[in-house]
Amino acid sequence: MTALIFIILAGIAVFCGINLVVQTHPIASALSLVGVMGSLAVLYLQLGGEFIAAAQVIVYAGAIMVLFVFVIMLLNAGAEGTSFQVSRFVRYLGAILLAAFLGLISLMIQSTLPRTEGVTFGAFQGTTAAVGRKLFTTYLLPFEVISVLILIAIVGAIVLARKEI
Amino acid sequence: MQNAVPLSWYLILSAILFALGVAGFIFRRNIITVFMSIELMLNAVNLSFVTFSYQFKQVDGHIYSFFVMVVAAAEAAVGLAIILTVFKNRATLMIDEVNSMKY
Repeated sequence: MTALIFIILAGIAVFCGINLVVQTHPIASALSLVGVMGSLAVLYLQLGGEFIAAAQVIVYAGAIMVLFVFVIMLLNAGAEGTSFQVSRFVRYLGAILLAAFLGLISLMIQSTLPRTEGVTFGAFQGTTAAVGRKLFTTYLLPFEVISVLILIAIVGAIVLARKEI
Repeated sequence: MQNAVPLSWYLILSAILFALGVAGFIFRRNIITVFMSIELMLNAVNLSFVTFSYQFKQVDGHIYSFFVMVVAAAEAAVGLAIILTVFKNRATLMIDEVNSMKY
């Protein structure tokens, strides 16, 4: 069951990732990215990251993608024109080389990773309580620093998007 | 069908998504799509973090992943503001038309 869910969601993620690169209209790419993020959220849940799965849906698929779609709408971004013509031979060659490249990556990861027992759902649960406890004890300083970073980002975004510049 | 998924499958998925993000970053010319490719790469790295977090049975990977998300949010806010400014000054979104620093 775990393997079946993984295969389905990995298929969706890879399909949406390819679609993101292939589509010419930015809004189609944005929708594909939402698909990738949604399937990754389920994979995080499978790996026992319940907090990070919720954060993925809320922060990434929710907030960041809304920002993207908002900017696409605001700028009225249209389809990207094709500047270079690609012959059919090059297209096929590219597909073969892409498959070879991805196979090589898979082979390298398979061969370098030591044998471990696989992932089963429920074997490890990184509960939100555990994440919170660690975040506010061990990682307290990075947490505070990153809140300052996000404050700077907010101010910077407002300054950049003002009318006068 | 076996019940346990090998750990390497998650890492392979992560590598494939990262490679797709790199490809989008290089080949696309629309600045918004380039930006979305960067987000795809960050997502792929997050998957690796969570996978290793499972392997070591520690939540540290989740916290790193959370930090990556926060940085991505900050980056998206500032980056999209820069895109708005570029569009206001140049009236274009194509990255090869914004080349005045080249000459």
